[in-house]
Order: sequence, then C-alpha cells, then structure tokens
Amino acid sequence: METGSPKDTGITRDARTGDEPVWTALPPGLLRMRRLLLVVWLGLLTAGLGVLLGWLAGPGWAAFAALPLALMAWGWVMLGRNWRSWRYAERADDLLISRGVLWREETVVPYGRMQLVEVTSGPVERHFGLASVQLHTAAAATDAAIPGLDPAEAERLRDRLTELGEARSAGL
Amino acid sequence: MTSPGVDDAIREARPVSERRLHPVTPLRRAWAPVAVLIGWAVHDPDQAQRQLTRLTTTTLLIALAVLVPAAALYGFLTWWYTHFAVTDSELRIRTGLVFRRTAHIRLERIQAVDVTQPLLARVAGVAKLKLDVVGADKKDELAFLGAEEARALRAELLARAAGFAPETAHEVGEAPSRELLRVPPRVLAVSLVLTGATWGSLAAALIVPTVLWLVTESAWTVLATAVPLVGAAGAASVGRFVTEYDWTVGESPDGLRLDHGLLDRAHETVPPGRVQTVRLVEPLLWRRRGWVRVELDVAGSSNSVLLPVAPREIAESVVARVLPGVTVPPREDLARPPRRAGRCVPLWWRGHGLAVTDTVFAARSGLLSRSLALVPHAKVQSVRLTQGPWERCWNVADVHVDTGAGKTVSARLRDAGEAAELLRTQAERSRTGRRDARPDRWMA
Repeated sequence: METGSPKDTGITRDARTGDEPVWTALPPGLLRMRRLLLVVWLGLLTAGLGVLLGWLAGPGWAAFAALPLALMAWGWVMLGRNWRSWRYAERADDLLISRGVLWREETVVPYGRMQLVEVTSGPVERHFGLASVQLHTAAAATDAAIPGLDPAEAERLRDRLTELGEARSAGL
Repeated sequence: MTSPGVDDAIREARPVSERRLHPVTPLRRAWAPVAVLIGWAVHDPDQAQRQLTRLTTTTLLIALAVLVPAAALYGFLTWWYTHFAVTDSELRIRTGLVFRRTAHIRLERIQAVDVTQPLLARVAGVAKLKLDVVGADKKDELAFLGAEEARALRAELLARAAGFAPETAHEVGEAPSRELLRVPPRVLAVSLVLTGATWGSLAAALIVPTVLWLVTESAWTVLATAVPLVGAAGAASVGRFVTEYDWTVGESPDGLRLDHGLLDRAHETVPPGRVQTVRLVEPLLWRRRGWVRVELDVAGSSNSVLLPVAPREIAESVVARVLPGVTVPPREDLARPPRRAGRCVPLWWRGHGLAVTDTVFAARSGLLSRSLALVPHAKVQSVRLTQGPWERCWNVADVHVDTGAGKTVSARLRDAGEAAELLRTQAERSRTGRRDARPDRWMA
C-alpha cells in the first residue's frame, strides 16, 4: 500500500535522540478523495463559467474559464503536500500527531489524559472507505484528530487508545 | 438488586433524606413574570407604548390581581418541587415543575465549593451554595439555604469528598482554618488607582460621550453610549473594590479558603490538588512597589482571583501553599527567546521568558504588564508545538501546554531545536509528574 513519505520535516530533526518515534503516514484514500472533490467542484465551475462567458460575452472571454483550472492545478499540488505532512506515531506512553506544511503543528497527548476517543465518518468519507479518529482530553484546546484512516485501522487505534487510556488513566 | 444484605444494612443505617431549600427561596423567583413583561416591552417598544396608553386603573388592578398570585404560585411551586440530598458519594438535586431534571454530582470530582451571600440574602440570613464540577451547570447551585445550614452542608460535602467514613462525615464539622493573608482596604484602593484599566475605562466614559455630543448633538445617542461605558468604568473601579474588599486567604486541611466582598460576601473553598494554573500578573505601575496580582484556574470554576494585590514575596509564599513543592522561578531563571525572535514579534519578544523546573512549567509574557503563568507538570493534558512560515524563516517555534481548566500556557518564540526538545521532555514530565500527585480524596 502506498503511503505518504514520512520524510523529515525539520522540526523533529533536532528531537531525534534515543527513542525514535515510528511514524505512520495516512493511507492514500484521503488524498484521492480530496483531489476528486477538488476536480469535480472546480471542473463544474470551469464548465459553467466557460459556457456562461461564451454565451454572454463572446468566445474570447471564455478563456477566463481557465482560471479555475489553474486553481485546480495549484490545489492538486497543495493537497498532496498537506497529505504528505500528516503523520502520527504511537509511542509507549503517548500519541504524537504532526501535520501542516506552512503552519506546522505537532501535538503530544499522553494516553492517561484521554477522556474520550471518537471515530467519525461522514457520507462522503464512508463512500471512500475512510474514517477519522478524534481524541478529547480535559483541555478544550487539545486539538488531536487524525483524518482519513482506513476504518479498520481507525477502530484498531480507537480500541488501543482506549485500552492504554484506561491502563494509565490520570484524569484532571 | 445486588447483595441485599449489605446494601440494605447501609441504607437502613443512613437513609437518603431529601431536603428542601430555605422557605425564602420563592421570593427570589417571584420577579420572573415581571422580567418576562420587561423583556417583552424592550423587545417590542412600539407595541408596549400603545398598550400602556390604553391601560386604565381597573385593568391595572386586575392585572396585578392576576400577576401577583401567579408569580407567588410559580415561586412556591418551583420551591416545592426542588429537593436535594447528600448520599455517600453524591449530591443529588431534583428540580423542575414541568420539565423534571435530576443532577447527581459526584463528590470526589468536586473542584471547588462556593458559599455566596448577595446583599439581600445577607439581610434575610440565607446563602447560596455552589459546587464547581467540570461541565456543571449554572442551575446546579443550591439557592437559598439558611446561612448556618449552608456552612454545615459545605463542611459535610467536603468531609465526604475528602474521604471520611460516611457515618462520621456529618459530625466532622468544619475543618479549622488558618488565616494566611488579609488584604488591607487601603492597599486595595491604591492598587486599583495604579491600574491602567481603571483609568482607561474612566477616560472612555468621559471622552466618548462628550465627543459624540459635540458631533451629533443627539441626546439619545449620547445616552446609549454613555450608560454602558459608565457601567464598565464603575465595574472596573468601584465594582472591583467592592468584590475584592477584605480579601482573606486561609489555609485548612480542606484546602484553600477565600473570603471576600463588601456587600456580597463570598466564601470559596478549593480542595488540595485542584489548581490547574497559577498566574502572577504585574501591571506596569505596580512594579515600583513590588506588588503582584495572583490568579488561579480551577476546572469548572468561574472565579479566577487568588490574591487581588500583595507584595511579591508574600504572593510567592501563598503560591507555594497552593501548589505544594513549587517555588516561583526568580526573574534571572527565565530564559529569554533568542535575539532573532525580534524579527517575528518586535519589542514584545523581550517580555517572553521560560523556565522549566522539576515541578512546574513557567512561561512569562507581556512587556508592560508582565504575566508569569505556572503549570504543574501533573496538570498538563497535552503539549503542542506550532510554527508558522515566518517563524520558520527565523528558526523559532511556539510550545503550548494545555490544562484541564481550558487555559493554554504558551512559551512563545523558542529556538526551534530547543522547542522540539521541550515538546519531547515536557510530554515525559507531564506523564511522570502525575505519580506524586495527591489522590482525589485528599484525606483518604
């Protein structure tokens, strides 16, 4: 299975000392879904704009319909970069989530602090066979979610996190 | 039913006795219909005016004859249908006339207990009792109880929460309290005079309406802006003086005792190990006198002031009581961000500082009004590292520490390598820090 390359992204380079976290990247399903949605919506916009401009202003103006196409190409690349940046690691005592290209964020949640683990899957996600895992701690600011996982992996992760959370439960 | 022998024995020994609130309570609810009327009048003023002109003495009398008994009946019924009971592990509140509602509050999860007495309640000799629990509702307060009853109930709840045996819990009585500090009214008044917010709000209340009057000459516009501004100015100066008057911090086996208020008296108790963060705030004008204001965050509690004003050494000794084993890191120990951080946050980068000791994560921010936030490692819920594109250019990053009180303490603009190391070690410290923490039932 192809996964996003867990290439070094700068921040963690310095942290790499003894216990190296084993990073897991997201499966390609999420990237496929996002790119498909991008192509569908911007494709519709391009077609609609092209027809409308060609009909109202003349065929020359219809060239402006290429703008959404450029946006699509840019978005295609951006989605890829963003998808590659997402990764998570289950360590012995905490979960690491790292994400973002321009605005990087790395979150560490000790298992003992997890209050609730959710697996969610919307209609579109379900169609693509994807599910998200969301972690909640007592702090509202904790923003730990992993999108676009394989449902089986999401459930495995949920069960493992819940189990570890119970074993190390610490509360407030 | 499980193991009937044991359960029944316990139940017979101490049956759960349901109690009602103080009989004064209905009066508190009596104004509700009046509030509805006023709300309607404000919502639709034209209609209200037309109806008012049509009012005659007879209709007014009839309305009064209907409204007053209705209000009285409503107040009486809500009082009649509100019960509370203390069981071995819970406080149960049963309330609601039409929509029934039962709240069971687990006692070992209590974050703080507040007994408050608004001015009128003091006259009537009654008090409100409120339990702060994470996620608790405003409705879960017991208003009103007799003043003595409220104190006794608080003592009983704390004794049960502390883990005293259920049979003796109601006999343990109030834990002895030792006064640590009392803020003199003169010092409080001077500290408020030296606060920028007081002068800022006063200036706004004076200048904005004057300017508006000169520009528009419309009395209504001036009035509409002046009233909230004057209100804010009053709240910032007189209001704060009145609530923080006679601020007393005491220490007892049940935790920290805070008593304050000139007109409305409030008595708060924060059991040991409930404090999530402590902040030492130092406004610019207080610096010469060496005064600080100490704020604290407790999960589920609205109160956030521990000490309105105190000399720094005394404040530090109080902090050491609140967070056992913690010493406030001295100013020299706070490491500033690297010089290049000035490219990200000009000038204000100098205000940031960070010190990590064995027990706390301490981060300072602010240039004029300095604020030093302390988080014990055991209270850290999650650690985050963020880095924007401009920060990456200068190789700096921010580290955020999230606590259970919904507050986040940030160490901004650290060197990227240091920040990554900090993220790793802080996660480790917060995991191990919990081991030495005291149990939820502090006397058990």
